[in-house]
Amino acid sequence: MRALFADRMRVLFVVLGSLLILFVAWPLLRTVTASGPVVLWRTLLDEEVRGSIGLTFHASLIATVIAFVCGVPLAYLLARVDFPGKRLIEGIIDVPIVVPHSAAGIALLMAFGRRTLLGQAFGLLGLKFVSAAPGIVIAMLFVSLSFLVNGAREGFEAVNPRLENVARTLGASPWRAFWSVSFPLAWRSILSGMILMWARGLSEFGAVIILAYHPMVAPVLLYERFESYGLDYSRPIATLMILICLATFVALRLVTGRGEKEA
Amino acid sequence: MKGRGRVQIRGLWVDLEEFHLKDINLDIADGEYFVVLGPTGAGKTVLLETIAGLHRPCRGRILLAGEDITRAPPERRGIGFVYQDYALFPHLNVAGNIAFGLRLRRMSRSTIEERVAAISQLLGIKHLLHRTPRTLSGGEAQRVTLARALVVEPKLLLLDEPLSALDPETREALEQEMGRIHRELGTTTIHVTHDFEEAVALGDRIAVLREDRLGDSRRAGRIVQVGTPEEIFRRPANEFVARFVGVRNVFRGEAHLAENGYKLVSIDGMEIAAVTELEGSVHISIRPEEIILSREPFLSSARNTFRGRIVGISDRGTVVYVTVRLPPEFICMITRRSLGEMDLREGMWVHIAFKASAVHVF
Repeated sequence: MRALFADRMRVLFVVLGSLLILFVAWPLLRTVTASGPVVLWRTLLDEEVRGSIGLTFHASLIATVIAFVCGVPLAYLLARVDFPGKRLIEGIIDVPIVVPHSAAGIALLMAFGRRTLLGQAFGLLGLKFVSAAPGIVIAMLFVSLSFLVNGAREGFEAVNPRLENVARTLGASPWRAFWSVSFPLAWRSILSGMILMWARGLSEFGAVIILAYHPMVAPVLLYERFESYGLDYSRPIATLMILICLATFVALRLVTGRGEKEA
Repeated sequence: MKGRGRVQIRGLWVDLEEFHLKDINLDIADGEYFVVLGPTGAGKTVLLETIAGLHRPCRGRILLAGEDITRAPPERRGIGFVYQDYALFPHLNVAGNIAFGLRLRRMSRSTIEERVAAISQLLGIKHLLHRTPRTLSGGEAQRVTLARALVVEPKLLLLDEPLSALDPETREALEQEMGRIHRELGTTTIHVTHDFEEAVALGDRIAVLREDRLGDSRRAGRIVQVGTPEEIFRRPANEFVARFVGVRNVFRGEAHLAENGYKLVSIDGMEIAAVTELEGSVHISIRPEEIILSREPFLSSARNTFRGRIVGISDRGTVVYVTVRLPPEFICMITRRSLGEMDLREGMWVHIAFKASAVHVF
């Protein structure tokens, strides 16, 4: 603690850094404390609010599961194999982070809209994306998959490939070596990537609103209440969302923190 | 069981872009302890990993017990592997690490427990079974990796610089232990190292691997000599081997305790005084520059004095190597000037002397 104020430079750095922390913490704190428990409870009882929060959680979870199924193998390949075009693949994984999310929504509409090839193909299977829950899922998937893939890749990179080699010589097939060595050792990174991705999916607005304004996810509902009724009616939903996301984040820190202690 | 560990490598080429192995040919007998000796970066690990099936050769064949395994995946080869950096599974405890290969073979719980207990007994690690790898010392970790590799009874054991990460004391202890375990189990073993003494102490035979540079970053490894330890240092096939091994006097003998705290090492009927903790079958080495040559018998503090006949004189510029046959041959280094002053010639009888502390026992 004393080291924080060891000299004048550090005191100045502490002051400057604190400004940034306050900038984040103060508005959050204001929002969380502005709505009393009674108002929050009433908001929770609101059918529409509950429905949209449920939908948000659900859609983000499905997106995370899809990304897990395809993204963990991809992450493993990126961590283990050098192949031509690897940099390009890594770039593609990061693109969703840098494009405006509303633009991502438009891009998805161009690929999965009603009159597109993919849109019609999935239509035959009874899946439609525009103004429907599957649209929310793919919007969330698109903007948040980077978190899972990058997290998992870092996890696999930290596993010494020699461990897999030894497992192979001891009689494990590549499949078995993956499940009994690489995966459990990378699991913590994968899990933290999943939680980050899920949390990022929950908060998605831009891409979702373009693909599916209805059914309304929580951020869209929040926006609509704000536009139609003003601050007082939207604030409790904001409070709820912030509290839920904070809880998620604390859970994440606990999960990864435990790992650090063990390592 | 006869011949289950015989290894034949025929014209093996490996191409890993940056690194190549060129035309490797080796014949390793069942039960042999075979050492591949070479400087760091000569491709020793690549060679072992190729034998284990972790790299695919672009040419050549590998036969194990007469069966062509060149295309077999690592898990079907029955080859154990021990890395220098241990590569223990950090998420399993010691018992779990050792049992890993047994579990894959779907053995019953009681069989697994029995075999883990037996191998831990052999390696003296029974007290470590519940520890996690992170808490082990280097010597303990390497014993566990040996147990993990041996418990599945491999036809062939590959050791990649298994002693290099250890401190000298642990290393010496484990080195002897490995010799003992090999005698007990008789598993065919290929051990790679850059350490000459390790190679001599453990190897029935040694292959010397050297690295050639091909342009800027590409390197290629090839075998330049195969032979018993004696052959390697007595008759190095070329300048590279001679330089790498160094000119030295290495002998195999029996160490036993003499009075005054000295050990005597018997070689070819001679007794050489040495200072060491070791007993039984040992190797000794004496550097050529530690030996004093004289034409007349002389009294000195050196514990070892012998008489022999000069059988060779090799002029290397400023220094001269003189080979003296006692019965065993000693190589002594003298300056060119001493050679002239003493007027040494082949066939002449001379006396040699060296201190007991100049005898390195290993």
